[in-house]
Amino acid sequence: MNGHVLQVENLKVYYPTSSGPIKAVDGVSFNLGAGEKLGLVGESGCGKSTLALSLLRLIKPPGRIEGGRILLNGVDLTKLSWEEMRRIRLNQISLIPQGAMNSLNPVMRVKNQIMDGMRAHNPDMSHQELEARVYETLELVGLERNVASMYPHELSGGMKQRVCVAIAISLRPQVVVADEPTSALDVVVQRQVMETIGQLQEELGAAVILIGHDMGLMAQFVERLAVMYAGRLVEVGNVREVFRRPLHPYTQLLISSVPLLGEKGAFRSIPGLTPSLLNVPPGCNFHPRCPQAQDICSKEVPPLVEVSPNRWVACHQGEV
Amino acid sequence: MSALPAGVTSAIRRNPQLTIGLIIIFVLIIMGPLGSLFVDTKEAKVGAAMPDLPPSARYPLGTDTHGRNLLPMLLLGTPQTIKIGLLAGAIGLGVGIILGFIAGYTGGIVDTIIRGAADILLTVPGLLLLVVIAVSIKGTVSVNMMALVVSVLAWMWPTRTIRSQVLTLREREFVRMAKLGGMKGPEIIVRELMPNLLPYLASSFVGAVASAILATIGLEALGLGPQNQPTLGMTIYWALYYTAVLRGLWWWWAPPIVIIVLTFMGLFLISAGLDQIANPRLRRPT
Amino acid sequence: MTALLELRNVTKVYTRGTFVRSSTVALENISLSTGGGAPTITALAGESGSGKTTLGLLLLGFLTPTSGQVLYEGKDLRKLSAQEWDTFRRDVQAIFQDPFAVYNPFYKVEHILEVPIHKFRLARSRAEARTLMEKALVGVGLRPEETLGRYAHQLSGGQLQRVTVARALLLRPRLIVADEPVSMVDASLRATILESLRKLNREFGISILYITHDLTTAYHISDSIVVLYQGSIVEIGGVDPVIRNPQHPYTQLLVASIPWPDPDQRWQRGQRAGVWREGPPRMAVGCKFTDRCPRAMPMCRESIPPFYQVEPHRAVACYLYQGSPVIAAEEITRVLSSQPAGR
Repeated sequence: MNGHVLQVENLKVYYPTSSGPIKAVDGVSFNLGAGEKLGLVGESGCGKSTLALSLLRLIKPPGRIEGGRILLNGVDLTKLSWEEMRRIRLNQISLIPQGAMNSLNPVMRVKNQIMDGMRAHNPDMSHQELEARVYETLELVGLERNVASMYPHELSGGMKQRVCVAIAISLRPQVVVADEPTSALDVVVQRQVMETIGQLQEELGAAVILIGHDMGLMAQFVERLAVMYAGRLVEVGNVREVFRRPLHPYTQLLISSVPLLGEKGAFRSIPGLTPSLLNVPPGCNFHPRCPQAQDICSKEVPPLVEVSPNRWVACHQGEV
Repeated sequence: MSALPAGVTSAIRRNPQLTIGLIIIFVLIIMGPLGSLFVDTKEAKVGAAMPDLPPSARYPLGTDTHGRNLLPMLLLGTPQTIKIGLLAGAIGLGVGIILGFIAGYTGGIVDTIIRGAADILLTVPGLLLLVVIAVSIKGTVSVNMMALVVSVLAWMWPTRTIRSQVLTLREREFVRMAKLGGMKGPEIIVRELMPNLLPYLASSFVGAVASAILATIGLEALGLGPQNQPTLGMTIYWALYYTAVLRGLWWWWAPPIVIIVLTFMGLFLISAGLDQIANPRLRRPT
Repeated sequence: MTALLELRNVTKVYTRGTFVRSSTVALENISLSTGGGAPTITALAGESGSGKTTLGLLLLGFLTPTSGQVLYEGKDLRKLSAQEWDTFRRDVQAIFQDPFAVYNPFYKVEHILEVPIHKFRLARSRAEARTLMEKALVGVGLRPEETLGRYAHQLSGGQLQRVTVARALLLRPRLIVADEPVSMVDASLRATILESLRKLNREFGISILYITHDLTTAYHISDSIVVLYQGSIVEIGGVDPVIRNPQHPYTQLLVASIPWPDPDQRWQRGQRAGVWREGPPRMAVGCKFTDRCPRAMPMCRESIPPFYQVEPHRAVACYLYQGSPVIAAEEITRVLSSQPAGR
């Protein structure tokens, strides 16, 4: 239990609407070890981005954390005041949000955007110290010094994204949450950025949660993989294990829907549609699309159980 | 609130600005025909009563120096002013739609000509131009003539803004799909582009009406309006002419101003309400 | 046998600004033909800046080339009569990347089906039109009662994209230009949509130009592939050999960067050196890839390499293959045609 830098316990994030609550995150639990690379994979609408934002308490009202705990080094983030959380953000846990490269301030030089966050947490640092830190950070992400005095529009997509990574690691946090950091990038640049993140992760010893929908990217980058479907985790385990022997039917179907370089045409779609988070099916939320659904699946929510060391599945199959 | 039918309360809750704005303008328009059922409109004529009487039970808004009962005058004049605004706004918008769509969609030299004309006329001081036109009209000016005069200036702004909207829509992929489906230019404008601009056109219309009313009142306050109709602007003109302010005849100049403020408030609320429809991000969370 | 559509020495330059002009060369001296002959699925692969979308738009007649010609059945698009243009529109259709953008939010989704039915006179009555639409929807795996009568925002991206494919099915064109048809669709739905495209090709003899940056899907549904880099074709050949054994250094880089969904097949660390330099494309006289190429030679900077036919059905624009016979740019499509149906 200890030695985990991040522990999420039964986290629930709901958005209230006039037609009922949207259960974006519905009882998610997982641990993250120090320096570990964890992947969170799921399709659009499964709630993974909401989960990312909730870890940094950036959920906008009317959405709210309805229950559960987020323990960062033993401290429950859900109970902190706004000011206390502000000091932890960027310092101990940071976020590379989706589409980050498009939200860089177009009228500020790169240097100033990185210094912004640093200065907010260290008001006593001198300008020279801050600048030195900026250059250090840029080097870590593989950008040259002269990038510091450039404006975002002068940079390519990959470079902008690496600036966002630089901002996220500027204060050397222990946990970096990366929400689809490469979704808008070309495949060559994507590899570059991912390798950069991987390299600096080793050097800084930070734990990284990679959130995305690309199974290929997960296979290339993470050590452990968590699969999310309609607000809940369905499978967690070592990435090689999960790929070699997926236990949950959704994971199995997900893996078989990704084209491999082998037999042509051998990849399948998953029939049916992802449920709206407003109207999640009763019992196991995957049961309407599950080829192995049984009676009990439509009645009881399967709990996430540890079927073997560090291998968790939420499925009624194992029980019978 | 529960006395009103369910549809109305939900409309008010969903878009209070639009609803209230429409109610205000509707009341102002219907004031005339409705009011004439209760008040004798003949008293709006010159010499109908003793002049310069302060408000009383008999004359709720008093009388002016011409001996006109101001209450029926206001009841008759307000709809007239709004009518001019609506007419001028409609003409201006109509011309603006045609020119704006053509300029935006066709591009090239046609666009340059239309845009150039609009830009040049936009720089001409509006009131000055209107005054010149109004003064050169021989014979008495009617309400419809006023509308026509004012509409000369009402088309440029809609043309420009509609043009820019068309420019953005033109490259949208559903336009490309329509082309792939065999649709040609003019049909694309009418069937694909125009429906998407409806909320925008509606709020352009409100804007055109507002500036038309303002121009009208301005012209009339200078005395260049229809002489024989009791419009709001003309009332102000006569009030100024007879130095009503200095003479303390507040019941003469104050009520028209109140009505004018109400009118613009109503138009503004409608515009804000339409904005809410066109821009879903402004909608209240349901 | 004339090709259906042909680009002949097409260059497309975008200029911006009125007083100070800056230009970007999107495509440089491209000659490529597609359609005609046996119906094939050809992948056009490239990253952003490669010009692949521009190429697609040129083929569809939405853009005009700065120099060179776009020919439909041998005739320049700009010189087509009104009737010939109508036939062109019937013969060449498209599927775009953003599933939502092709639907006019004002109308229900059947609007994009009804318009061409009406314009191309595919049905004689409303009932007949309705039947046509229903058949097409069923043909792509959708249920008409769940799709017709809805607005675009009520359906998912995957469903909408399938309706767009159904539209192509309904029109039976001779060529479909599919610009990244599945990149904005969830991974679990891609197979169905790509399968529908394959069906259009196999059962109805429709040629498809599959524009993408995703080599794995290109591998699975195409017969041949054209690799674009910053406005020029660098490699062309059968999809299987090109992806399994890429010859051009850029293609090799592309293939090596694919994130394989196999944790045991990770990106090779050793390959990083020298290849990853970034920078804006310079108006190079020679091969555009020189600055990033791990095997660049002095001659690469001096002039653009011609196409070398390294195999009967493969051509590469790289000086590394100087030994092989040169093939003229206008002829490279020949490399693809009459290739063995190795599927």
